[in-house]
Amino acid sequence: MIDFVVHDEGDSVGVVVVEGVKAGEELTGWVMDQDIDIKFKAANDIPIGHKLAIKPMNEGDTVIKYGTDIGKVVADIGTGEHAHVHNIKTKRW
Amino acid sequence: MSQDLSTATFSGYRRENGRVGVRNHVIILPVDDLSNAACEAVANNISGTMALPHPYGRLQFGEDLELHFRTLIGTGSNPNVAAVVVIGIENGWTQKIVDGIAATGKPVTGFGIEQHGDHETIMEASKVAKEYAQWASELTREEAPMGELWVSTKCGESDTTSGCGSNPTVGNAFDKLYPHGATLLFGETSEITGGEHLVAERCRNDEVRERFMFMFNRYQDLIERFKTSDLSDSQPTKGNIEGGLTTIEEKALGNIQKIGRECMVDGVLDKAEAPTGPGLWFMDSSSAAAEMVTLAAAAGYVVHFFPTGQGNIIGNPILPVIKVCANPRTVRTMSEHVDVDVSGLLRKEMTPGEAGDKLLESMFRTANGRLTAAEALGHREFVLTRLYESA
Repeated sequence: MIDFVVHDEGDSVGVVVVEGVKAGEELTGWVMDQDIDIKFKAANDIPIGHKLAIKPMNEGDTVIKYGTDIGKVVADIGTGEHAHVHNIKTKRW
Repeated sequence: MSQDLSTATFSGYRRENGRVGVRNHVIILPVDDLSNAACEAVANNISGTMALPHPYGRLQFGEDLELHFRTLIGTGSNPNVAAVVVIGIENGWTQKIVDGIAATGKPVTGFGIEQHGDHETIMEASKVAKEYAQWASELTREEAPMGELWVSTKCGESDTTSGCGSNPTVGNAFDKLYPHGATLLFGETSEITGGEHLVAERCRNDEVRERFMFMFNRYQDLIERFKTSDLSDSQPTKGNIEGGLTTIEEKALGNIQKIGRECMVDGVLDKAEAPTGPGLWFMDSSSAAAEMVTLAAAAGYVVHFFPTGQGNIIGNPILPVIKVCANPRTVRTMSEHVDVDVSGLLRKEMTPGEAGDKLLESMFRTANGRLTAAEALGHREFVLTRLYESA
């Protein structure tokens, strides 16, 4: 059972692909490019399609997904926490 | 089902100019907003015809007017269209569109409303539309090599599952179609922001790369000129954010999964411009679904791949739009809109190769005549791109 997917092992976030993930749940993730499985505990309730942090990130850090810069951290994020518009912003525009 | 694409064929309508269409529409095309009513009346009178109402065509000028003509002429010229009746308020612009479409060799007749009124115009146009509809009904499909298929793509109401599921499915299909001479298209200029270096790397040569960066920067300048603080609520959209996408960069990196991993960008087109040969083309275009798909149809594309995450429901009057979705919730809640369910990808129940094959199977069935979900549901969004206000 895959609960979340990660594009590349260098990424700092994964995408929850099942509905109803609750805080405290043990999640299984699939790193697609390297085809390996990893495990993380969800620190928050996370809706389907939303991201969880698989690396701790501090304010000002760059968020990596697809092995590429997708924006900057604007509030510290711990592993397993919900990573979205409340703690990540674009570097563009 | 994996098939040998080098010998694959589809069954389509070969037009007078040699292009092959997969639909056989007779369209009633308004030049301007004022002529919508007459066009709709004609389509109402004559079975087997379809009006394409739109809100523009008056007092446009310069590049914006050229784009208007290019889009309407391109729409009428698309090989999914058998014949066209054009109606405009004035004869001059009406004739310009008729002449543009007539260059394909297909039947086309224009009517100006001034000095005739709606009644007479509707009657005369209906007589021609009836002849066209009966003529088109006797045209038959013939086998054509897969390489004659022109396939465009654009995603919509994307979420994070688009980037890991439905967009890579299109990418896999594009990588398989590309070596067999297909003519492919992607665009959505603003939605490449954050991944422009990756597209630039894929350009065939420096000339293509420079033209791509010119188009990309032209759009960035437009955004810089008109944005407020940022593009919040537009890029990403509320729906994208609800679906888990956080930044334009994340959306863009998901978006460009659609061009696969192997095909090269062979050329760059302006809006509604037709490609001049096979390969993968980039078109400078809006990322709004109906606008981009309308431009792809005007450029001559005959089948469209449309990956969605949260469930975009768009269709087009003449271009069959195939919906691909990897989000299990959307597949469950909006199944009537989904043609190809690839949610198994995210459960490791399906490989990217199998997902690509499933989409290609749907592409052949659609090309051979099966209605897409959007066609069956009556989605006919025809949305012209405007560059600036009228004179």
